[in-house]
Amino acid sequence: MRGAAALAAAGLAAALPWLLAALGLDFYLSLANRILVAAIAATSLNLVLGYGGLVSLGHAAFVGLGGYATGILVSEGVTNGWLHLAATLAVAGLAALVIGAISLRTRGVYFIMITLAFAQMLFYLANSIKGYGGDEGLIIRARSVFALGALALDLKNPTVCYEVALAVLAVTLYALARFVPSRFGRAVLAIRDDDLRAEALGFPTYRLKLVLFVVAGLLAGIAGALGANQQGYVGPNTLHWTQSGTFMVMVILGGVATVWGGVAGAVVLLLLQEVLGAWTEYWAFWTGWVLLAVVLFARRGLVGLFERRGRVAGPPAVDAARPAEQAP
Amino acid sequence: MPSLLVVEQALNGLQFGLMLFLLAAGLTLVFGVMDMINLAHGSLYMVGAFLAAWLVGLTGSFTLGVVGAVALTFAFGMALEAGLLRTLYARDHLSQVLATFALILILNDGTRMVFGNDLPLSAPAALAGPVELLPGLQYPAYRLLILGVGLALAVLLWLLVQKTRLGALVRAGASNRTMATAMGVDIPRLFTLVFGIGAALCAVAGAFLGPLLAVQVGMGENILILAFVVIVIGGIGSIRGALVGAILVGCIDTLGRTGLQHMFRAFLPPQWASAAGPAVASIAVYVFMAVVLAFRPQGLFPARG
Amino acid sequence: MTAAGAPLLAVRGLVKRFGALVATDRVDLDVRAGEIHALIGPNGAGKTTLVAQLGGQLDSDRGRIVFDGHDVTRMAAHERARRGLARSFQITRLFRSASVHDNVALAVQAVSGSSLRAWRPATRERELQARARSVLDDIGLGARADSAVDALTHGERRALEVGMALAGRPRLVLLDEPMAGLGRDESARMETLVAGLRSHSAVLLIEHDVDVVFRLADRVTVLVGGSVIASGAPDAVRQDRAVIGAYLGEGDER
Repeated sequence: MRGAAALAAAGLAAALPWLLAALGLDFYLSLANRILVAAIAATSLNLVLGYGGLVSLGHAAFVGLGGYATGILVSEGVTNGWLHLAATLAVAGLAALVIGAISLRTRGVYFIMITLAFAQMLFYLANSIKGYGGDEGLIIRARSVFALGALALDLKNPTVCYEVALAVLAVTLYALARFVPSRFGRAVLAIRDDDLRAEALGFPTYRLKLVLFVVAGLLAGIAGALGANQQGYVGPNTLHWTQSGTFMVMVILGGVATVWGGVAGAVVLLLLQEVLGAWTEYWAFWTGWVLLAVVLFARRGLVGLFERRGRVAGPPAVDAARPAEQAP
Repeated sequence: MPSLLVVEQALNGLQFGLMLFLLAAGLTLVFGVMDMINLAHGSLYMVGAFLAAWLVGLTGSFTLGVVGAVALTFAFGMALEAGLLRTLYARDHLSQVLATFALILILNDGTRMVFGNDLPLSAPAALAGPVELLPGLQYPAYRLLILGVGLALAVLLWLLVQKTRLGALVRAGASNRTMATAMGVDIPRLFTLVFGIGAALCAVAGAFLGPLLAVQVGMGENILILAFVVIVIGGIGSIRGALVGAILVGCIDTLGRTGLQHMFRAFLPPQWASAAGPAVASIAVYVFMAVVLAFRPQGLFPARG
Repeated sequence: MTAAGAPLLAVRGLVKRFGALVATDRVDLDVRAGEIHALIGPNGAGKTTLVAQLGGQLDSDRGRIVFDGHDVTRMAAHERARRGLARSFQITRLFRSASVHDNVALAVQAVSGSSLRAWRPATRERELQARARSVLDDIGLGARADSAVDALTHGERRALEVGMALAGRPRLVLLDEPMAGLGRDESARMETLVAGLRSHSAVLLIEHDVDVVFRLADRVTVLVGGSVIASGAPDAVRQDRAVIGAYLGEGDER
C-alpha cells in the first residue's frame, strides 16, 4: 500500500470508535477490538509461516501464554500494565526460545508435529491449573493500566483498548514492511526457498530461523495480552491447536508472505463470522464453504487478488511435509 | 498399584490403541500414498459415529447400525475424494491444510444441522455385563468385543497390504509414486479406493468408541492429533508402524492417566491429582514422540525410501 | 594463515559409509592456492559425496579436512562458506522467489556482514549491489538481471548457479560439474570463466569431459569406487595404467 493511502487508512481506523458512536453502532467496537487482536496474532504467524516457511501448528500457545501472564498477574492483584507487558514478553519469549530451539532442528511434517506437541502440552497444563481457572478458564476482573507520567491508559475503556491495539498493529505492519526488503527479510526468504543452498552460501540458517520464531512468539504474546484485556477472559481453548488452525486460515486466506495478509484474513474471517452469525447459528458451515472457494479459486489469498501480477515470481508453495531434504 | 488393576488398564490401553490404529491406518495411507494432509480425517470418525448412533436408534440393532454406518461412510469418503479432495493432490500442503480445515467446519456444523449436537449410543445390551477373565478380574464384555474387532481388522489390513494386489499397489504408491504411475497403476481409482477404506476404518472406530466416549460434534478434533502423533511415531506410510505406534500411544495414554492419577493422589490434593493425571499423561505421549524422533527421525518403520 | 608451501585444502583419510556401502574410502587430497585441481572418475565413484563432505552438507565418519590451516571437519557449512570455502551444486539450486540479480546479491550478503539487520533495505547497500552487478557481468547475465529465475534457459541457470558460488570471492570453490547440460558455446564460456578464476580462487573441479579437464587442470585426481587411484599432473595421470584400465579405457591414449 502506498504511504499516503496507508496513512489515510490509519487515520480512518483511529477515528473508528467515534465514527461508530456517531452512527449509534458502538456495540461493534468490541468486534473491531477482536479483529485488531486477531490481526496482530495472524501477522505474527505470517512472519514464521508466510515469510519463514515454517508451518507451526502451535502458534496459538504463545497467544495463550500472553493472555495467561496478564490474567494470572491480575488475579494476584497486579494491574500495572508495564508489569503485564514485561511478564508477557518474558514468558512468551522464553517459551518461543525453548520450543524454537528444539523444533527448528527438525524439518517438514516433524516440525509441525513437534510444535503441535509443545502447544498441546501447554494446553493440557492450562487445563489443569485449578487455581487459575482450570478447564473453565480464567475470568480477568481488572485490566492493564499503563501509567505514562501523569496520563494513565486504562484498558478497561474499550476505546483506549482499541487505540492501543491499533497502535501496536500499526507499528507491527510498519516494522514488517521494513523487514521484508532488509537483509534479514531477504535472508529469510532465501532460506524458505532453499535452506540447504542458503546455508551453503554462508547464512547461519538455524540462528536466523530461531530469531524469527522468537520475534513472532513475542508478538503473539502481546496479541494475547491485548486479547485478555479485551475479553476479560482467557482459557485453555485459547491455546488449542484448532485456534492455531484458525490463525493459519487467516494467514492463508489473507495472503501468505504479504504485509497485510494477516490483517486481511482476520478482517474477512471475523466479519464473515459476525455477518453469518447474525443470520444463522450455523455460520461455521457457510464460512467453511467460503474458505473452500478461496482455496480453489484464489490461490494467492485475498491480497494476491489485488496485487498486480507480473512482478518477480511470488512465494513458492510452502511444502510442509517433505521428509528430511536430500543432501548433496 | 494392584496388579489386577494394571492388567485391566493395559487391556483398556490395548483396546484404545487398536481403535486409534484404525484411524491412524487410514491417515498414514492417505498421507503416505497421496501425500496429502487431511485435517478432516477426524471428522470422518465423527460422521461414522453419528451415522452408527442414528442407525442403531432406527433399527434397534447394534450390528445393523455399525455395518450400515461403515458402508455409508465408505461411500461418503469415496464421494468426497472424487468430488473435492482430488483437486488438492497437486496443491501445496498449506492449501491442503486450509481446505481440509474448511471441511472440518462444514462437517461439524453440517452434522449439527442434521443430527443436533450429540446422539446417544449405547453398547448392545447383550454385552453390557462383565466377563471374568482371571480370578478377581472382571472386564466389560463390550470392551472385549472391541479388542476382538480391532485385532481382526489389524490382521485383515495386514493381509490386504502384504498379500493382495491392491496392497502391493498401495505399498508401491507409498514408497514411490512416479514409479507406480510408470508401471501403469490407475492412480485416480486407487486413491479413491484407499480414501474410502480409510473413511470406513474411521467409521468402525467411531461406532465402537461411541458408547464409551460419547457421540458429539467436535469429537474428531482431539483424536485427530493423537492419530497424527501415532503416524509420526510409526513412520509415515507404514501400516505396521501405525499399529505399533497406536498400541504404544494407547497404552501410554491410558496407563498414564490412571497410573499417574494414582501416584499423584499420594501427595497432591484430590482435585489437583485428577487434573494433573490426564495433563501429564498427554505430555507423556508427546515426550515419547519427541524421544522416538530424536533417535529415529523418520519414525519407527518408515515406508518412504 | 596457511604456512608457506602448505596446501590451501588438505584432506586426510576421509571415510564415509552408507550402511554397507563405502562411498568415500580413506581419501587423501590436496588443493593448492591458485591451482585448478580436477576430480574425475566414473559415475558413482563418489565425487559428489566427497564434495558434499568438503562443503559441509554431509558429515564424514572419519578423517580430517583442513582448510587454510584450520580443521573444519566438524564445522557447519555456513561457517566454511564464511571462511572462504564455497561450493556449487550439480543440480542447480536457485532462489526461485528472487530475481537473478537478487540471487547473486544474496550470495554476496551471505558472506559479508550480519544478516540480522531488519531495517535498512538491502537495495540501499551500494557496495553489495555493485558487487552483485559485477559478478553478473562476469558470468554474462548482466542483461538478465531483473528476470525471474524460472525464465532463464538451462545454460543461464547453470551460469547463475556457478556465479552464486563465486560471488563471495571464495579462496577455494568446489565446482560440481558446472558444464552439465550446456551447449558448445555455453561450455566454452564456462571454461573461460573457470580458467580465469586462478588469479584469486583455487578450484576443485568435478568434470566429466576429459578434454576440458586436461586443458584446464593443473593437477588431476582420479576417484574410482570411493578411492583415489591416481593423483598428479595431467600427463602423468593420463598415462597411468590403473587410470586407463579403470576409467579412460584400454589403449585410449590421447
